[in-house]
Amino acid sequence: MRLAELPRRVPGIVASVEDQGPNDSIARRLRELGFVAGEQVEVVAVGPMGSEPILVQVGFTRFALRRAEAARVRLLDGAGA
Amino acid sequence: MNAETLAPLRLALVGNPNCGKTALFNQLTGSRQKVANYAGVTVERKEGRLRGPSGRSYAVLDLPGAYSLNAASLDEAVARDVIRGCYPGEAAPDALVCVMDATNLRLHLRFALELRELGKPMIVAVNMMDAARRRGIGIDLVELERLLGVPVVETVAVRRHGARALVERIERMAEALHAPTQRLGKGADLHAETRRLLAATVRMPARTARIDDALDRWLLHPLFGLLALAMVMFLIFQAVYAWATPLMDLIDAGTAWLGETVGAVLPEGPLSSLLVDGIIAGVGGVIVFLPQILILFAFILALEESGYLPRAAFLLDRMMASAGLSGRSFIPLLSSFACAIPGIMATRSIQDPRDRLATILVAPLMTCSARLPVYALLIGAFIPQKTVWGVFNRQGLVLFGLYAAGVASALLVSWVMKQWRRDKGEHALLLELPSYRVPHARDLLIGLWERAMIFLKRVGGIILALTVLLWVLLYFPNGGADVTQSLAGRIGQALSVVFAPVGFNWQICIALIPGLAAREVAVSSLATVYALSTADDTAAAQALAPLINDGWSLATALSLLVWYIYAPMCISTLATIKRETNSWKQMAGATGYLFALAYAAAFATYQVAVLLGAG
Ligand SMILES: Nc1nc2c(ncn2[C@@H]2O[C@H](COP(=O)(O)OP(=O)(O)OP(=O)(O)O)[C@@H](O)[C@H]2O)c(=O)[nH]1
Ligand SMILES: [Mg+2]
Repeated sequence: MRLAELPRRVPGIVASVEDQGPNDSIARRLRELGFVAGEQVEVVAVGPMGSEPILVQVGFTRFALRRAEAARVRLLDGAGA
Repeated sequence: MNAETLAPLRLALVGNPNCGKTALFNQLTGSRQKVANYAGVTVERKEGRLRGPSGRSYAVLDLPGAYSLNAASLDEAVARDVIRGCYPGEAAPDALVCVMDATNLRLHLRFALELRELGKPMIVAVNMMDAARRRGIGIDLVELERLLGVPVVETVAVRRHGARALVERIERMAEALHAPTQRLGKGADLHAETRRLLAATVRMPARTARIDDALDRWLLHPLFGLLALAMVMFLIFQAVYAWATPLMDLIDAGTAWLGETVGAVLPEGPLSSLLVDGIIAGVGGVIVFLPQILILFAFILALEESGYLPRAAFLLDRMMASAGLSGRSFIPLLSSFACAIPGIMATRSIQDPRDRLATILVAPLMTCSARLPVYALLIGAFIPQKTVWGVFNRQGLVLFGLYAAGVASALLVSWVMKQWRRDKGEHALLLELPSYRVPHARDLLIGLWERAMIFLKRVGGIILALTVLLWVLLYFPNGGADVTQSLAGRIGQALSVVFAPVGFNWQICIALIPGLAAREVAVSSLATVYALSTADDTAAAQALAPLINDGWSLATALSLLVWYIYAPMCISTLATIKRETNSWKQMAGATGYLFALAYAAAFATYQVAVLLGAG
């Protein structure tokens, strides 16, 4: 599963962040912000229009991401608890 | 050697965005740089001086926040270049003060580790310890210092003496600079090390503050969140009118009294005319808007410190994206309500260059506070004060409408630009939402005081100078006898040929020219023109609003209001666009489209109003 598909208020665990194309600076930035293997993430809110963007809790911080950004984050399967 | 003769040690404050670097900088150097509760407040390097208790002096650099040394936006690039010593005209700092937010260590420790790898002398300041304690977060600073291999101190940048421990450590470090005793080496996993440090030194009862969760549940709710946002924005405009009126009446009465008194004491002649018609009428006509400007700023300052602004950006991101902007454009555009110049500067924190350019180009459409006097004057003169639907102030509603028209035009313009570019590429958002904070009354008052001083300095400087100049052009060559034959009168009449289709008379045309340098001057100029035009003295001492109400048609007033929504005439804004885009072409484009829009919209307004019988 990907972060973009994670339902609201369900914790997930990051497996990896995938690059889209060579030199993906968004993927690199996501990793720097703490989206790394083993990290717990949770979608805490979604935007009012088209459920975009989403608000993601990672570590002690909350980041607003668009779904296209969140789709780079792969989550561990079955670790939804 | 005497400590005072040494070259000052250069310290750079570095760290993640919004961790309190600038608050600390202000505390260390006694400066008053802007502090606010969102990421990307500081976008330039700023230098200040710290004098330690030993008498040694330090050059302290405040830098923009960065998440990593791989800069993703222009402000981050400034921080990276200064730290690395490749910023033009600037030597690398001798030592780093790495600032961390104690409530956000999972993120901030990683950057501290990245900075430590540079091998520069470094002190870590764990800031916001007051907030951390309140949340029951425990940090073992001694252990952290041992594991990091660099000095670690706690600070509370917003409390008096909250940086004392930091100054002590700086002084001690200055005795003998040395590199960090620990390093991970190239390719090490900074996240793994961060987790190890957290596990060993930090006790965190909950990952988030309970109050943030509770507020976000409502303020980010798809329905209530938008409602709350609309309410906040609307309240501001109501307040600007409803609360300011008594003070404005007082200032108006004071100006009139002063004009009459001076006019009665001085003999008729150029001096009396300069003082009464030129300076008192002109400057008084602008000062009267100080209360409204301050109320507007009180709201902006409170919102900036509350942490609500990035939430508003979150709520509006999707809408702004479909118009060719991004949620990240929200804060720069909101700052442009104060003045487009800091607004345009603030776009440096927008990562995507296309979003940044679009934001810069539409920022002048946000009604800046210098335009408020023009709106307020015309609304006051032409829209009767009345309560509609029981609660709303009608003048406030019209003001809200004008601001809304500016915003709608901005969205439209950026949408057109987006179609033009045909850009289908991905735009990143990646926006951090900070903790909520209650604004301190003291900081708000200081902020307002500063705004008042800036405004009064403008009034006493450029506005006064232009008013006097305009008086000269109006008074000569014929001694104020017939204003239409004066130098300015002739210029105004020549221009009014161009502006007749939009309904501007020659008085307005005169006022438009000095308005290029400062928009408020349009108001003081009108005041001076009319004060000189009215022969009889009691009328000259009158406030401007009734004068123009007599002299103009409603169509002309509406047309001028609409003109000022677009009003391309602010030279400093255009210069800032040139500097920030580094392109004459963009600047010329912005000037051209703003002028065309202003003329077209004013033309349409005037003609329609005349057709409807308001001519
Ligand atoms: N409670 C508390 N708040 C603080 C402290 N230091 C800073 N703040 C608040 O934190 C917010 C950010 O402060 P700034 O000084 O603007 O942060 P910055 O690191 O310069 O931010 P950028 O310039 O955006 O990178 C403001 O709302 C400050 O009032 C502190 O020690 N305690
Ligand atoms: Mg700052």
